[in-house]
Parts: sequence; C-alpha cells; structure tokens
Amino acid sequence: MRINCPVCGERDRREFYYVGDAVALDRPDRDAGLDAWDSYVHLRDNPAGLTRDLWHHEAGCGAWLVVTRNTGTHAVSDVVLAREVVR
Amino acid sequence: MGFSGFRVLKEGLFGQKGWTPQWRNPDPKDEYDIVIIGGGGHGLSTAFYLAKEHGMTNIAVLEKGYLGGGNVGRNTTIVRANYFLPGNSEFYSHSLNLWEGMEQELNYNTMMSQRGVINLFHSDGQRDAFARRGNAMVNQGDDAELLDVAGVRKHLPYLDFENGRFPIYGGLLHRRGGTARHDAVAWGYARGADQRGVDLIQNCEVTGIDIEAGVVKGVQTTRGAIRAKKVAIVTAGRSGQVAAMAGMRLPIESHVLQAFVTEGLKPVIDHVVSYGMGHFYISQSDKGGLVFGGDLDFYASYAARGNLPMKEHVMEAAMTLMPMIGKARVLRSWGGIMDMTPDGSPIIDKTHIEGLFLDCGWCYGGFKAVPGSGYSFAHLLATGQHHAPAAGFRLDRFRDGVGLMDEEGTGAQHNLH
Repeated sequence: MRINCPVCGERDRREFYYVGDAVALDRPDRDAGLDAWDSYVHLRDNPAGLTRDLWHHEAGCGAWLVVTRNTGTHAVSDVVLAREVVR
Repeated sequence: MGFSGFRVLKEGLFGQKGWTPQWRNPDPKDEYDIVIIGGGGHGLSTAFYLAKEHGMTNIAVLEKGYLGGGNVGRNTTIVRANYFLPGNSEFYSHSLNLWEGMEQELNYNTMMSQRGVINLFHSDGQRDAFARRGNAMVNQGDDAELLDVAGVRKHLPYLDFENGRFPIYGGLLHRRGGTARHDAVAWGYARGADQRGVDLIQNCEVTGIDIEAGVVKGVQTTRGAIRAKKVAIVTAGRSGQVAAMAGMRLPIESHVLQAFVTEGLKPVIDHVVSYGMGHFYISQSDKGGLVFGGDLDFYASYAARGNLPMKEHVMEAAMTLMPMIGKARVLRSWGGIMDMTPDGSPIIDKTHIEGLFLDCGWCYGGFKAVPGSGYSFAHLLATGQHHAPAAGFRLDRFRDGVGLMDEEGTGAQHNLH
C-alpha cells in the first residue's frame, strides 16, 4: 500500500502512522455528554468499502492526512491535508 | 453414530461404506426460540452448549457460507490460558478446561495437542514481566514455569541463543497450552449440536433484523423471514455490519492479521514458541507445515490479505530467532479479519434491544476461546445472567471506563490494539 502525500508525493505505507477513522477530526464539545464522547472515542461505522482514515506522515513531512481508502481492496482513492478538511 | 478406533478399523476393512453425513442439511423453519447468526466456531459451540447444558434445541444457526468457513477455518490453532488480567484470566482458564475434555464431550478427534507454549524473554525487565504473568497464571489455577537459558535450551536447542542484539534470557513455559485441529473443532461442535436437534442452516445470509418497540422479533434472510424470541450475533470479523442491521454501532474496528504456512517438513518444532523481541510465533502442524504469524498490519481492513511490511517483519524476526527455518519455503499466507475492540478484549453481553445478544470483539484471540465463549454465551442466552468467567466482557465498559481489560497495557483506544 502506498499513500500519495500531498506534500511529498507517493510514499511507502511504512512512512505513515495510522490513527484510525477520521472521526477523530470531529471532536465533540467538552460538555457534550458521555454518549457523544463514547461515540467519538469508541464506536465506529467500520465500513467494508470506502472509509476515511486519519494518517500521520511521521517519517516524512509530519503532515496529518485524511485518506479515502477502500477497506476491501486497500486501494487509496484520495489524500488531502487534514487542515484543509477541518477548515 | 459414534466414532471410535474400532469403527475406523471396521470401515477400513469394509470399504469405508458405513459412514454417513455428520449433520443434516435442513430447511429453515418459520420460527425458533433462538436464532444464532454465524456458523463459525463460537456460533456452533454456543448452539452445542445451549442444547447440552440448557436443554434448548429449538435453535437455528444461520451461516451465510459453509460451516466453519471463516476465521475458525484459518488461524494458527493455538490454545492457551496465559492471560494476566482479572476478567480475562478466569475466562481463558475455564476455556482451557473445556478444551481438555472436548474430545470426549464431542466424541470427536480434535487433535488436541498439549505440546506446551514457551514465551521467550530477552532482558531482565522482560523476565520480571513474565515472572509476574506466570504467578498470575498459577494463582488462577493454571500452570506456568519460568525457565532459565539452560531450561529453554533443553526444550528448544535450535534457537540462536547468542544473538548479538537480542540474546535469550529464558522463557515462560505453559505446559497445558498447545494446538488443536481448527476445522475439527467447528465440525465436532456442529455434529454435536445437530445430534441434539439444532438446525444448522448453510448458505443463509441474514439481511435484516426485525425489531418492534425495542424488542427483537426475528431476522430476514436470503432464505426467507425467520421469527425468533432471541437473536444472537456471533459474527466476529463482520460484527459491525450485522449490528448495523439493528441500528447499532459497536466499539469495533476490523483489522487484518497475517499468518503463514511453509511446505511440510519432518518434525522439527515440538512446541508453540513466541519471540519476545519481534512479532513472531510458530508451531508445526501435524501435517508438517510450519505455521507462524505476527502482529496486525494496523489499519482497518476487510481485504483478507495484508501488506508486505508486516510479512517482512515476521520473516526477519523468524530468521533472528531460529535461522534454521530460512531454508523452508513459504507455501501460502493469508489475512484474517479481526474484530478489534479498543482494549483488545472481547464482548459477550446483552444489548439495549430486548432479546438481542452479542458475542464479538475476539481480536486476535478467538480460537482458544471457542469452547469458553460458546459455554458462557449459551449461559447468558438461556438464563439472562452473565456466566461468572465471562462476566467482565461487558459492552458498556468502554462508555463508562470501568472494567477495561487492556492486556498489553498500551491504552484503550482503537489504533493501539
């Protein structure tokens, strides 16, 4: 699996650290309640198909990336900088 | 019909003509007391213990493919009770006890082989950790022996003891651990459940779960609707998709775990051996193939195959520990789909929907749990009460943060297990 970093270009999977579902970008308010936080930290859609992951290019430029990927084939279809998604 | 050495001899003499199919192939009825979704090891053992321990036989096991065709048909077949944390420890201890009586209980040769599991350590700190684990195992009533280098050498003379970077300091020996024939375990439970009247229905995929006013009423399948008083989801690897049919999201992310098999060799590795300084563990199957594996690839996946970096790591670790296997040729590799929970421990629980039950989240440890999981889940389904050895496997432990069982001590979040 190779990931096309918008900053560095296509690189080996080994350069990237997998954080998990890109739900990590949708942090609830501090007082949103237990259910909202449980959903954010633990519960997952866990799709068999297209998913959005958050990866860190730790052995490269250090950018946080939102990777659109197919969990059934490992095909990476889109990579964007996380800061552009959050903006 | 019972199996015995005498029958094998007799059938051999009379042309193998007396064997009959080991289970029926019934059509689904309109209604059952309990419908179990998933005909793998855990689903079949659940059905077996419901029938045997609780006298419940109006049960269907629905399997979308063929019986035992999922992770129970492809794993590294290791059986052990060397867990450390309360909650896990008593569960796997109970499960190992069931393994030891399984062949008699099922009248089935599951090729249970208590050849001993040796976890190697490579530093003083690691020795302390394994000594502590061994004490926890002994306190639980299981066996553990701390071996020094000479002790390990006696069992495993072929290791590279003087490896410059990771010399071997010793090992924790768990004699009652070992391996079993994975397919036979599924078949044995299937046959036992069928003999007691459970309907095993193959090629029957569940497409929907019927719920009215918070109470489960049955399931929709590719072979028609089936009503049920209780529905049990036992579909590790695909738990998220099945639970979604009931409108639930689970604390599970599916990951890929790779394993490898070499060509058949003469007997060379007598135990189950795990390396302490890399992700590598190995045993030799009765057919002669070396069966070994490593760690997760660490990204969500349903592809049933992994990527090259973990393969490379496993092969490197193997060559570091036991250079002799470098000449063996790898026949095949595969990737299992693992239900990974945030703390790396499983879930056996009710849900907020009345009559809907969950047995899932087996992470990378489902095979050794097959008898214990079925026994404890059957207890919960039949009585509504949690079975003591599995009482810690609650669904709400993540939400409340109470009773987390993080065996690796890395933290209870998804990308760490």
